Amino acid sequence: MGWRWRILLALALLSALLIPWTGDDYLVKLATRILIFALAASALDLVLGLGGLVSFGHAAFLGLGAYVVGIMFLHDFEGTGFLGLAPSQDIFVQFLLAALVAGGFALATGAVCLRTRGVAFIMITLAFAQMLFFFFVSLRRYNGEDGIALWNRSRGGWLELEDQRTFYYFVLACLVLFLVFAARLYHSRFGRVVRGSKDNDRRMRALGFPTYRYRLTAYLLSAVVTSIAGVLLANATYFVGPAYLSWHMSGQLIVMVVLGGIGTLFGPVLGAALFILLEEFLPDVLDLFAAGAGEYWMLLLGPLLVIVALFARRGLLGVLVGTGR
Amino acid sequence: MRNALSAIVAAAAVAIGSAAPTPATAQQELRIGLLTTLSGPGSGLGTDIRDGFRLGLEHLGGRLGGVPTVVIEADDARKPDVAVQKTDEMISRDGIFLMTGQVWSNLTLAMMPTLARNRVFFISPNAGPSALAGKQCNPWFFNTAWQNDNNHEATGAFVQKQGYKSVYLLAPNYPAGHDAIAGFKRYYEGEIKGEVYTPLGQLDYAAEIANLRAAAPEAVFFFYPGGMGISFIKQYAQAGLIEEIPLFGPAFSFSQDILRAVGEAAVGAYNGAQWSPDLDNELNKKFVAAFRETYGRLPSLYAAQGYDTALVIDAAVRNAGADWSDKATFRKALESVVLETTRGAFRFNVNHFPIQDFYVRRVVKLDDGTITNRVVEKIFEDHADAYVGECRMR
Amino acid sequence: MDLLLLLQQTLNGLQLGVMLFLMAAGLTLIFGIMDLINLAHGSFYMLGAYLTAWTMGLVDAFLPAIALALLITAAVGFLVEVTALRRLYGRDHLYQVLATFGLILFFNEGLKLLFGPQPIFLQPPAWLSGQVPLFGAPYPVIRLAIIAVGLASALLLWWLIGHTRLGMLIRAGADDREMVQALGVDIARLFGLIFALGAALAALAGAMAGPVLAVRIGMGEDILILAFVVIVIGGIGSIRGAFLGALLVGLVDTYGRAMLPDLLAMFLERTVADAAGASIASMAIYILMALVLAFRPRGLLPARS
Repeated sequence: MGWRWRILLALALLSALLIPWTGDDYLVKLATRILIFALAASALDLVLGLGGLVSFGHAAFLGLGAYVVGIMFLHDFEGTGFLGLAPSQDIFVQFLLAALVAGGFALATGAVCLRTRGVAFIMITLAFAQMLFFFFVSLRRYNGEDGIALWNRSRGGWLELEDQRTFYYFVLACLVLFLVFAARLYHSRFGRVVRGSKDNDRRMRALGFPTYRYRLTAYLLSAVVTSIAGVLLANATYFVGPAYLSWHMSGQLIVMVVLGGIGTLFGPVLGAALFILLEEFLPDVLDLFAAGAGEYWMLLLGPLLVIVALFARRGLLGVLVGTGR
Repeated sequence: MRNALSAIVAAAAVAIGSAAPTPATAQQELRIGLLTTLSGPGSGLGTDIRDGFRLGLEHLGGRLGGVPTVVIEADDARKPDVAVQKTDEMISRDGIFLMTGQVWSNLTLAMMPTLARNRVFFISPNAGPSALAGKQCNPWFFNTAWQNDNNHEATGAFVQKQGYKSVYLLAPNYPAGHDAIAGFKRYYEGEIKGEVYTPLGQLDYAAEIANLRAAAPEAVFFFYPGGMGISFIKQYAQAGLIEEIPLFGPAFSFSQDILRAVGEAAVGAYNGAQWSPDLDNELNKKFVAAFRETYGRLPSLYAAQGYDTALVIDAAVRNAGADWSDKATFRKALESVVLETTRGAFRFNVNHFPIQDFYVRRVVKLDDGTITNRVVEKIFEDHADAYVGECRMR
Repeated sequence: MDLLLLLQQTLNGLQLGVMLFLMAAGLTLIFGIMDLINLAHGSFYMLGAYLTAWTMGLVDAFLPAIALALLITAAVGFLVEVTALRRLYGRDHLYQVLATFGLILFFNEGLKLLFGPQPIFLQPPAWLSGQVPLFGAPYPVIRLAIIAVGLASALLLWWLIGHTRLGMLIRAGADDREMVQALGVDIARLFGLIFALGAALAALAGAMAGPVLAVRIGMGEDILILAFVVIVIGGIGSIRGAFLGALLVGLVDTYGRAMLPDLLAMFLERTVADAAGASIASMAIYILMALVLAFRPRGLLPARS
């Protein structure tokens, strides 16, 4: 990694660390939301960028993680048991549960999905996510479409997660940990096999690699990490609902990855930041030009995305860094 | 590369600078957050509520209770996580004293903990989920429209009163749909020939209409808001059923925005509502005329609710007096509000939901071709909701 | 359920299928032939419905109104292809997803700016508004019209693709772009024409469905997913596949909604059966798609072997 890069990285990390010290609660909450989606988008990039598999159903894992929190909260709040067990609002337990549930779902559906390629893969991942979405919408026990409003966050042991600053650092730590792991993975043998499989699956198999197993593992990893992001999302918003499983959410994650730069380490992070910042500030910017114009901010965002798709060869990261590896 | 870097730094500076907290001078002005759906599907309702509220504020000279009022508007795009985020933003960045404008029950429930935790009043001009009327009623939530079941109850009572021996029920398969059917059944005692829940967002009802016809009920009650309702009414009429089996629904199924989209297909249907454009009081006449002139369209009940919310807040601030910014004082004043609104007499129940009259309206075609609602009769007087008994604030 | 009701529901399923085919035909054309994922397909559908409502206000005659709406949408489609999408052929599908997603946002807000946020009025013309008795119940004439238009479109496409020079060029261009270009055919203009045709088909679906459904902002997204499901089940790029897939989806969805609750009520308690039936019915077409893809990943009638 060149020295210019290292400086940029250090600066980014520094500003990320300093954000809670600005004293602006709103900024910290916005930054937290960006970091959570950055985590989800980065996890998606594991299959999207690394494996070349367009999953249009990743919202399923996000939603599953979120619902673990919601269901645990609801049962704890009501004082009832879940499937005969006592509910736990400990965030690390919820991480584990989310990983198990999402991993199980990924294993079951991945077995079917990964036997297909291209468009079929896109659609079948979507199909499973849609099934899960409609399942949660009709689940009366957990308020269906209304979702579950959380009156408190999960408990983090000695970490006071209700404190906005602490929660922010917790999320930042999760993201940084994952990015370090992802960087390692990318350059590892595993990463090379998966990338090789994306480029030329037949050759990899001829070389003796069981590519199906490698792809399934990548899919599983991606699902688990996305579900962790889901747990964090539920805590950040104090809310869980089927909307987190909708295909709009899956599409939003894809847009974030592509916007930032597919297959790069920081691309999804940038893409998530850009998307959320645009969503936040574009209406305000437009209002400066004409009163009431802010309402039509998507009229500007749309063409912006088109332009990025047309001219930004490797997403925002490509624009910043220049193309050419 | 350097240019890009400096661009990022500049952008970050702007972001941090513009996000600096604005000093909230609560005493001198009343800051109200209006978070509603202004983009995407469902934005018609949000726009109606906002336009009604704006008109109310305008008629009161831009001051509620004599206090200069600042309204901060935002769009939730019907997403719960965005709603919570924007709520946060309005509380910490804009220093709002109270929140209003929200259309949907699920977003309302999502926003509630944040508002309660930050001791900000939530005056809902539309959504009235049963949880907030009963078990989760709390000192910060008020509703100036109705409890979600009310309009369905009114319709059920009317169908019962008219002597229809059997009905066929339809609603979408989500909590509001289940509540609608429950509300209807609370006051209807006849035979239920079918209780059908359709997938949310479904657009083609040919299958359900065929089943319905085969069941041969004397009346049909349905609850399909928004696009679903428009599709259903059109198809029901196209199947020739409007004359054959009378159609009933809550006001939401026949609100002005839906009537505008379905036209004559809806004429003859009955619906239960707390307000109608032809209610015979001076305030309402003024409201309807002014709304028509300002916005170029007839108001729906959502717009009337928005307007009334402004009136209610105005009365509360006035009652509270100089000390209105003290939350306990304001709450007491709000709870004891009694005033005339576009729908007539208005007051709150102990669970902060309205006690009011309900009417049955019929969809008619006026001489000039306009399709709108007209009152048929008053069906409930001083009606309270069914969940007040579960509220611990009594 | 008696036989007459079953026949009625079958007709309903087939009609829904034909309507879905109209919605999906343009999509499979563009996707199969130009290998372009076009999420904005739903936007052309919405444009068709909105424009028909608007032109009806101008000319007050249904057929000319639709023709005008189709023409305008085709022109818009051509414009979009030339300015935005032309550069995206051959690139990773993801960039096409991004670009066409941006187009969805643009069209939604643009139409909201022009027509307002509230749903607008569109009704079948008087001569399509009645009913005819069919299988013991009055059947709306407008739905018969939809079936007719759908079948006519299917035939037209089949003839166009399989039996005309244009169709031959389309198929050749899909197989081998460079060769067709080398033979002197302006492939850019050809693809532009195909895209415009796809957009017009979507608009036709919108114009026919508008009188029956709600004409509102975002209506395109309602059917976009359905259309994708149909073409994936049928086989991308295959008109026959889209037709079969659409009929299958229409029937499965209709039968599911019409019969599942009663079926389940035979061994479950009524309220549970109602709820469960509704839930499963909403998932039915996705279950169908997953099953089809599990056994036939390229769809039921894929375009090329």
